Amino acid sequence: MKFTKALAAMILAIVMVVGLASAAMAEDTLKIGVIGPFTGAAAIYGNACKYGAQVAAEQINAQGGVQIELLNEDDEHDPEKSLNAYNNVLDNGAQMIAGTTTTTPCIAVGAQANEDRVFMLTPSASSPDVTANKDNVFQVCFTDPAQGTASAQYIKEHDLATKIAIIYNNADAYSTGIYQTFVDEAPALGLEIVSTTTFTDETTDFSVQVSDAKDAGADLVFLPIYYTPASMILQTAKTMDYAPVFFGVDGMDGILTMEGFDASLAEGVFMLTPFSADAEDEATKAFVARYQEITGEIPNQFAADAYDAVNALYAASLNAGITGDTSAEDACELLIEQFKTLQVEGLTGSMTWDETGAVTKTPTAVIIKDGAYVGFNG
Amino acid sequence: MVSFLRFLINGISLGSVYAIIALGYTMVYGIAKMLNFAHGDVIMVGAYIAFCAMQYLNLPPLLSVLCAMVVCTCLGVIIEGLAYRPLRQAPKLAVLITAIGVSYFLQNTALLIWSSNPKVFPSVFSVGQIKLFDGNLVISSETILTIAANIVIMVALTLFTGRTKMGKAMRAVSEDKGAAELMGINVNRTISLTFAIGSALAAVAGVLLCSAYPTLQPTTGSMPGIKAFTAAVFGGIGSIPGAMIGGLLLGIIEILGKAYISTELGDALVFAVLIIVLLFKPAGLLGKPVNEKV
Amino acid sequence: MKLKKSTVNNLISFGIVIIAFIVCQSMISTGVMKRSLRGQMIPICVYIVMAVSLNLVVGISGELSLGHAGFMSIGAFSGIIASAWLRTFGLENELIRLILSMVAAGVMAGVFGALIGIPVLRLRGDYLAIVTLAFGEIIRNVLNCLYFSLEGRRLHVSFNNPNIPGTILLNGPNGAKDVQKIATFPAGFVLILFTLFVVMNLINSRSGRAIMAARDNRIAAEAMGINVTKYKMMAFVTAAVLAGMAGALYGLSMATVTASKFKFDTSILVLVFVVLGGIGNIWGSIIAAALLTVLPELLRAFADYRMLIYAIVLILVMLVTNNPTMRALLGKLVPRRNGRQKGGAAA
Repeated sequence: MKFTKALAAMILAIVMVVGLASAAMAEDTLKIGVIGPFTGAAAIYGNACKYGAQVAAEQINAQGGVQIELLNEDDEHDPEKSLNAYNNVLDNGAQMIAGTTTTTPCIAVGAQANEDRVFMLTPSASSPDVTANKDNVFQVCFTDPAQGTASAQYIKEHDLATKIAIIYNNADAYSTGIYQTFVDEAPALGLEIVSTTTFTDETTDFSVQVSDAKDAGADLVFLPIYYTPASMILQTAKTMDYAPVFFGVDGMDGILTMEGFDASLAEGVFMLTPFSADAEDEATKAFVARYQEITGEIPNQFAADAYDAVNALYAASLNAGITGDTSAEDACELLIEQFKTLQVEGLTGSMTWDETGAVTKTPTAVIIKDGAYVGFNG
Repeated sequence: MVSFLRFLINGISLGSVYAIIALGYTMVYGIAKMLNFAHGDVIMVGAYIAFCAMQYLNLPPLLSVLCAMVVCTCLGVIIEGLAYRPLRQAPKLAVLITAIGVSYFLQNTALLIWSSNPKVFPSVFSVGQIKLFDGNLVISSETILTIAANIVIMVALTLFTGRTKMGKAMRAVSEDKGAAELMGINVNRTISLTFAIGSALAAVAGVLLCSAYPTLQPTTGSMPGIKAFTAAVFGGIGSIPGAMIGGLLLGIIEILGKAYISTELGDALVFAVLIIVLLFKPAGLLGKPVNEKV
Repeated sequence: MKLKKSTVNNLISFGIVIIAFIVCQSMISTGVMKRSLRGQMIPICVYIVMAVSLNLVVGISGELSLGHAGFMSIGAFSGIIASAWLRTFGLENELIRLILSMVAAGVMAGVFGALIGIPVLRLRGDYLAIVTLAFGEIIRNVLNCLYFSLEGRRLHVSFNNPNIPGTILLNGPNGAKDVQKIATFPAGFVLILFTLFVVMNLINSRSGRAIMAARDNRIAAEAMGINVTKYKMMAFVTAAVLAGMAGALYGLSMATVTASKFKFDTSILVLVFVVLGGIGNIWGSIIAAALLTVLPELLRAFADYRMLIYAIVLILVMLVTNNPTMRALLGKLVPRRNGRQKGGAAA
């Protein structure tokens, strides 16, 4: 009899402990959905966001207090799959979304989230269409027009060039978005665009685009594109003995982290980027170190944006008193209110948000010297 | 004029890469009569193996290529044995879908092993370049190497299929599997051998593709694979010199089209030319027209 | 009253689809169905229609087409433009607008199907396949350069120039955005019924028999006086029209659609449905399309290994269903059902 009693007591104790623990967990855990392309051709961006967000969550959870659970779902850079992923994270109890990574899926999911009243903070979907007419969608990254305008102004102010060639990806919303505002802005500033060529995600050979810029005598090539094609363009330019100034935007960040990349190719490349992996501050160092432990790679701005997104969501949720029991709909309204006044010091700078959902932060121009970013104030 | 020549040379160098991939496609199609959509992904695997051999094991380039060829040959034979051989009697489309399944499989395995972050292929084969017209016309060593490799492979394959016993067996299987079997040819072994050769070629193609265009990702093989498939059809699928000519022409058309018409429509142009050629020569440039029997 | 066998079969088919719809609809309205599955209902309808229509080309007419997604894209964008344009006439009723848009999309896709079919159907076998692939890629490439806008009731089109007056409907590579989502699951269900009606009637008609005769033996069919090109064309254009309508349903169910959605991979995906379901087997296409659309979602628990497992499942299913030894093995394990499933359309 004694034995049975003891056993019963033990079981009871275990049940109580487990019950208490799970109750505590349920109370204090915020569930955040992270959606992005983890497979397929755009997987680099999605995975960067996934691991960036993971680092943020680990750091927050290590501090104790309200915990974070990330629900990662793959969208293959496809609006349809992205909606599925979105529905899936909501089924699993997500209260807010840190996503989606890429622009086109984000527009589709944003529209649905607006109907459902679910708060979204995208790390990296930069088109203004992402936030347009949706009060519940916010961005961590710069918008494309902001980057296009800022690039043109920067080139003008620092007198980098007058004859400009542009090579952009005409099958990509991000790239065309920056291109269009740059072209609108450039003539007013007295910048002459002498060559405009395009490529798509499937392009392997960039010789035509680079030749065209070279033949037109451009002394600056503007590259509103991601770093993978940019590395090919730099390589092609080198074989052609063509050495203009190359000017990139935030998508260029990451070029130095490509395994096997010859950093001398990127020597003297300008870019506007909010994030630098060799920054000396503690937060960046800790982030880069942990990210490298997880992935073996150096984080790019996608990872940093996702890190900031999770931190911003966390800070806003604490301010608004959102707990694990708050429904997604209630959390949405509370977060919208919070983001109006929220200020976050992130890896990508000090951020505030306007009512459209676009972020306000300062882009810094850097120049690549000896394989590292150097602040440029010429 | 110089710029035209430059585009022509760029076209040839792109085309020679297509050609070398197309040779593998055409080999397999000619004998096994199947569209091996996984070929592009075998190329990607080959490039990754060579990359790892050079980057992590510090092997010399030639040894790395050899290493990639061995791995790809094994891979090709395994794929054929596990995924395609059981379907030898099945409808052609079933094999096509299996090939697509294999393609997904290879891409996703590569994604898990090598991650999605692109790798930059070391330029081991660039031993220099030829410069003409005051540096306005540059012929890189990769281009010359690729063209040389193409010619060597084309001649070797032609001799192999024409002169050796195994090669003759291949042609016999390609003509009529049943009759070949009756003549004492081991059809399964012949097809395995074809896949072995095709995959070894894929490894070489992968290295050459990535030497010329150095970004390496799990999806690197798919678009060049489709283009090379188009090139093989263009030249007449199953024909070895056809693949070479088809690949070169396709590359030249793509580059000239982008240079002189529109970069936006470059790819559309390639496919439009393909359609026009096929309308006038329904079996491709060098393909043999097959008459249907009643 | 004695009904023809084909009529009975058709009625049974419609009955099963209607029951499936009622089950799904009641699960949705009672809230039993999970959100993630609910969100997939329209895509499932779209892929079923795509698969059945492609089966008409691949299975019934016997020509391998690798560019079916091209017609879907034409349908999607025509549907979106038609819907926005009709709205300017004060046509606010969503159902009527959806139907009209789908009809317009079908007509557009049909016109392109006819234009493409004329050269394509002169070719045979793999050459035909590669040319359909080429057309699919050309359509996508051209759509990436097209800009449509609406200024009042006037529709502006431009090629490669985004600066056109009015509100932009189709913004080149950025695709259509802010699409008013008027597609509904019941509409998708009706489209499936319509597709089945068209395809089954075609198969069981005189024309259908001519199409199949041309597939089985072109020369013999020609000798019997069948105009092979005409009948092949009939199948090809019908499939294009249906794909266009499916495209419109798809386009009007998403807030944004870009041309890159309709690349080669999507054509291949639909082909996978057709082959997996059994070439020429309409029922197989429906089941395969529904299952394979849901499958990647069901595999989400595998996280990083999801697509890898999808690939393995695909290969294994192909091997099991098409390898004689495996089939025999499977036949022993599973007690034989009556042969209708296999017999029906494949005959």
